Amino acid sequence: MRRLGLRGVALAYLAVVLLGPLAMIFYKTFEHGFGPFWDALTAHETAGAFENTLIITAIAVPLNTLFGIVCALAIVRRRFPGKGLVNAFIDLPLAVSPVVVGVSLFLLYGRGGWFYGWFESHGIQILFSLPAMVIATMFVSLPFVAREVVPTLREVGEEQEQAAHTLGASGWQTFWRITLPSIRWAVIYGVVLTTARCLGEYGAVAVVHGYKTTATLQVQDYYENFNQAGAYAVSLMLAAIAVIVLVGMVLLRPKEAPA
Amino acid sequence: MSISVLNISKRFGDFVALDDVSLEVPTGSLVALLGPSGSGKSTLLRIIAGLERPDSGAVHIAEEDVTGTSPQERGIGFVFQHYAAFKHMTVFENVAFGLKIRKRPRAEIKERVHELLALVQLDGMAKRYPSQLSGGQRQRMGLARALAVDPKVLLLDEPFGALDARVRKELRLWLRRLHDETHTTTVIVTHDQEEAMEVAETVAVMNHGKIEQTAGPVDLYEHPSNEFVMEFVGAVNRLGNTFVRPHDLEVTLVPNGGTREAMVVRLVHLGFEVRVELVGDGGEPLAAQLTREEAAGLELAPGQIVYVRPTKQTTFAA
Repeated sequence: MRRLGLRGVALAYLAVVLLGPLAMIFYKTFEHGFGPFWDALTAHETAGAFENTLIITAIAVPLNTLFGIVCALAIVRRRFPGKGLVNAFIDLPLAVSPVVVGVSLFLLYGRGGWFYGWFESHGIQILFSLPAMVIATMFVSLPFVAREVVPTLREVGEEQEQAAHTLGASGWQTFWRITLPSIRWAVIYGVVLTTARCLGEYGAVAVVHGYKTTATLQVQDYYENFNQAGAYAVSLMLAAIAVIVLVGMVLLRPKEAPA
Repeated sequence: MSISVLNISKRFGDFVALDDVSLEVPTGSLVALLGPSGSGKSTLLRIIAGLERPDSGAVHIAEEDVTGTSPQERGIGFVFQHYAAFKHMTVFENVAFGLKIRKRPRAEIKERVHELLALVQLDGMAKRYPSQLSGGQRQRMGLARALAVDPKVLLLDEPFGALDARVRKELRLWLRRLHDETHTTTVIVTHDQEEAMEVAETVAVMNHGKIEQTAGPVDLYEHPSNEFVMEFVGAVNRLGNTFVRPHDLEVTLVPNGGTREAMVVRLVHLGFEVRVELVGDGGEPLAAQLTREEAAGLELAPGQIVYVRPTKQTTFAA
């Protein structure tokens, strides 16, 4: 009975907080049939917005995955001064509001900022353009891979790597053949979370985007301009991509991972 | 190929793990490092393997100074207490790992791996994952994996420590036979004196980061160099400043000159032997080891007063 009660509470909470709003968007999008949905999706602005979102995601996810793995390895396997600080700093993007990140980019790359002069003299525009949007997205999606990989690396321990060394494997060979296969599910899960965060990023990008838009910004834009069909359609697409990525991961994962 | 450990010292913070330790392991021998936990025996083995760096001193393997080299360059086989099995690889892939790293031809790898699996009696298990093996099987896989690369020396870190008593005894015998066949220079770390005595031809007894004595099992037992070794390599009674092994304590029913009084507390029957637990006239606990027949002849019972006399005793200079 008690377990049933707990399960009921958990499911009810999920229904109210998660499924309700998603179902509402789904209903509103197709309230007037498939036509308005299709028109909104194929509109010029929508396509451009999704293209930017995908470009940003395609840059931010691989870079943050690489950084996350390197960072996790350093935190778990190495001793260095300031390690505690690095460990704490990785969580910073989770604690700081994305808007603050956007504003801080202004302070760095805007007129009078530390990096303004150098980029200006080389004719590279950072603010109000894709580079700033990529940097902002990278910042907010930074912690996920490292946060997933750190506990797994701790749990796996160092003995397998030491065994590989004694058998003649170099550091690089050990990483590819032993370490990475042991942490692969943590990496994949981290990548999924990072991707979801990149697709959904709004606050930081909203500050620095200029005339460029992303899918999330496009939702806001449509909504403010009374194009509700457009807003719903883009929202649904964003939600659908996230769900597909999550479901795909669950399906890919073998029922009984040997690791 | 011989191993020479020359004046090795190692600290972990304030803790002195090894204090100026030297050890010679002749080619083809099997040497045990025996000691309580924290005595430095595992650290010494890991320094020989290159998994740990000494603060000072040198390690030579096959007459070559390897002190500054990494484990991958030393040509060793290392067996871990908790197996360190590659969990995402099958038994075959585990054993083949070192050969693949050395880029041996596929056919040769296959032949060598199956040869080794036969040697460690895991013939039918090649396609299993470590999680599908028992502890004893995992450790035999660990041994096959270490032997696959034809190591110059084989280093075993409490290899049977995580196994139950029966499998342990089995693997011990098996390791000894394996060594008699292959003659690979081997160092085994253990805290179990019976294991060390049974497997090794030379035992180095360690305590507080130092080697107390290096000798064969018989010498170690008969001529321990100090109190620590005396007490560590077998049960012992302490009578003031002298030490007496339980089998050197004679038990009689009547006093006779050099005997002292003691009371039987408990009789423990261990098959052929009977251990008599006693308490001496000064309240000190004593133990005597008798054969079944001797015990039966004396008709001992708890509470009984008997007389004991050492037939052989050892005293160490203070």
